[in-house]
Amino acid sequence: FFMRQLFKDYEVRQYVVQVVFSITFAFSCTMFELIIFEILGALSSTSRYFHWKLNLYVILLVLIFVVPFYIGYFVVSNIRLLQRQRLLFSCVVWFTFMYFFWKLGDPFPILSPKHGILSIEQLISRVGVIGVTLMALLSGFGAVNCPYTYMSYFLRNVTDSDILALERRLLQTMDMIVSKKKRIAMTRRQMYQRGEDQNKQTGFWGMIKSVTSAPSGSENLSLIQQEVVALEELSRQLFLETVDLQATKERIEYSKTFQGKYFNFLGYFFSIYCVWKIFMVKFWSQHISFILVGIIIVTSIRGLLITLTKFFYAISSSKSSNVIVLVLAQIMGMYFVSSVLLMRMSMPLEYRSIVTEVLGELQFNFYHRWFDVIFLVSALSSILFLYLAHKQAPEKHMTL
Amino acid sequence: MASLDRVKVLVLGDSGVGKSSLVHLVCQNQVLGNPSWTVGCSVDVRVHDYKEGTPEEKTYYIELWDVGGSVGSASSVKSTRAVFYNSVNGIILVHDLTNKKSSQNLYRWSMEALNKDSSPTGVIVSNGDYDREQFAENPIPLLIIGTKYDQIPENKRSDVLTRTAFLSEDFNAEEINLDSTNPRYFAAGSSNAVKLSRFFDKVIEKRYFTRDPSQLTGFTDRKRFNFKSLHYD
Repeated sequence: FFMRQLFKDYEVRQYVVQVVFSITFAFSCTMFELIIFEILGALSSTSRYFHWKLNLYVILLVLIFVVPFYIGYFVVSNIRLLQRQRLLFSCVVWFTFMYFFWKLGDPFPILSPKHGILSIEQLISRVGVIGVTLMALLSGFGAVNCPYTYMSYFLRNVTDSDILALERRLLQTMDMIVSKKKRIAMTRRQMYQRGEDQNKQTGFWGMIKSVTSAPSGSENLSLIQQEVVALEELSRQLFLETVDLQATKERIEYSKTFQGKYFNFLGYFFSIYCVWKIFMVKFWSQHISFILVGIIIVTSIRGLLITLTKFFYAISSSKSSNVIVLVLAQIMGMYFVSSVLLMRMSMPLEYRSIVTEVLGELQFNFYHRWFDVIFLVSALSSILFLYLAHKQAPEKHMTL
Repeated sequence: MASLDRVKVLVLGDSGVGKSSLVHLVCQNQVLGNPSWTVGCSVDVRVHDYKEGTPEEKTYYIELWDVGGSVGSASSVKSTRAVFYNSVNGIILVHDLTNKKSSQNLYRWSMEALNKDSSPTGVIVSNGDYDREQFAENPIPLLIIGTKYDQIPENKRSDVLTRTAFLSEDFNAEEINLDSTNPRYFAAGSSNAVKLSRFFDKVIEKRYFTRDPSQLTGFTDRKRFNFKSLHYD
């Protein structure tokens, strides 16, 4: 699964990285299974308790100790200068990470005087903070983006002739670039040949000739080169616009198919739910909300994996593939831990008991409020951002 | 000055294999100082003397179109890229010697370029799988270049070279293995420079000196011609 999905184009050399990633993924999944078992009451409660504890220990260990260390190690080994003292530098990086991690806990009201420093509660609380922030950001953005992407109301009308016109412009720009480069190449070649001829002429006349003929050639060259740079920038922009238009056109076609219509309907449904969630804080029916939250979490995890793979394609290169895998593992682990914390919020009261028991005394209300705040902020800012982007695009096309 | 004849050569390959550095090295005889990710397509021009040293020597412009992106891109990117594949006279396939996947992807790259070139309606006729016959009779000359040769440790070099030899046999093409940051590889008179020069000559010949219309069309037309010849038999 891992190799196929994420690494279609690049190899992963180090098996350690693969192992770490799979461990993180496996334990996250078992956490979710445990929650489901909770609700269904499948296994006996003592064994469930034991499994919870074990799971939590391992995940925390991996998330906090192993992964950042390896990330530091690989980042440092990418910087060629520091290769000799890799271990030393990666330890340094890891200590700074732990320091910031600790500092993160201070402004929040989560320290309680009863517990020691390395207790589970402290670690979970900090991981929880980071994870909750991440989740809120992502779900806020997703809540707004999802209806935007799927609802055909927002899709601008793109015709084939628009795309053809843009493509023609792109090709014309490329032709202009080519002809300018030809001039540069020819001029350079002639200068080179003239330079060779001049080397044969020695003495006074040779020097004067070189002085008079060279400046005009090189001035011309630098002028053309500047034009070429500007044209190349233009060609890049045109290319990106064409890609954009093609993508929109494909989305329109997709929305006409049956699958598209199904997603469209889901989009409407989710948009209503998300809007409702933005503006209201209290749920009036716990069971319905639990099911809905379950669905949202599943789709958001799926969306997260898809987004992460897209992001991964966009920035991958053979050097940094190790780092990216580790970063993915880290994010995923934190995401899962915090989603466990948050699911507690929406679970009916009778199931909360065991979760509370395992995780010890944490200020859960704080997390809920923090999540809502961040969710609101990110949703509003992404609405603003998308609105601006939407407004800008029609203006761009009107100048064509 | 711009009145010389021109020939268009595509430079294809995965992201980060070193196409832009390669093109820069070939055209400017200088090493590219700050390689950055290519968006869209970047073109460079090399002035090439066809049949250098013979009385039939003629100078041509060779345009090297360096197209960025990866085979796994979204279909919107692919269809935009197809714009650059029109009327191509030669293809240089670039892969990274330290990365096996990039050599495997070369099959897909060549499929993408060659299929788009021959069908005006944009419909891909073959089922996308690699078909050796097509490459054997391919009218467009191919050249395979492996980069980052210097990054392979000494003991693994022979394995890598055998692998690339198989690759070039599959494509029925020549191959060159080099390091794009070292101008020595293309120094005048070196075997790499000779191979490159021969490739360019082949491209120019195919374009300007073989006036056989049935040879200049792509795969789909070849299938049609075969069917026609069967019919007349």
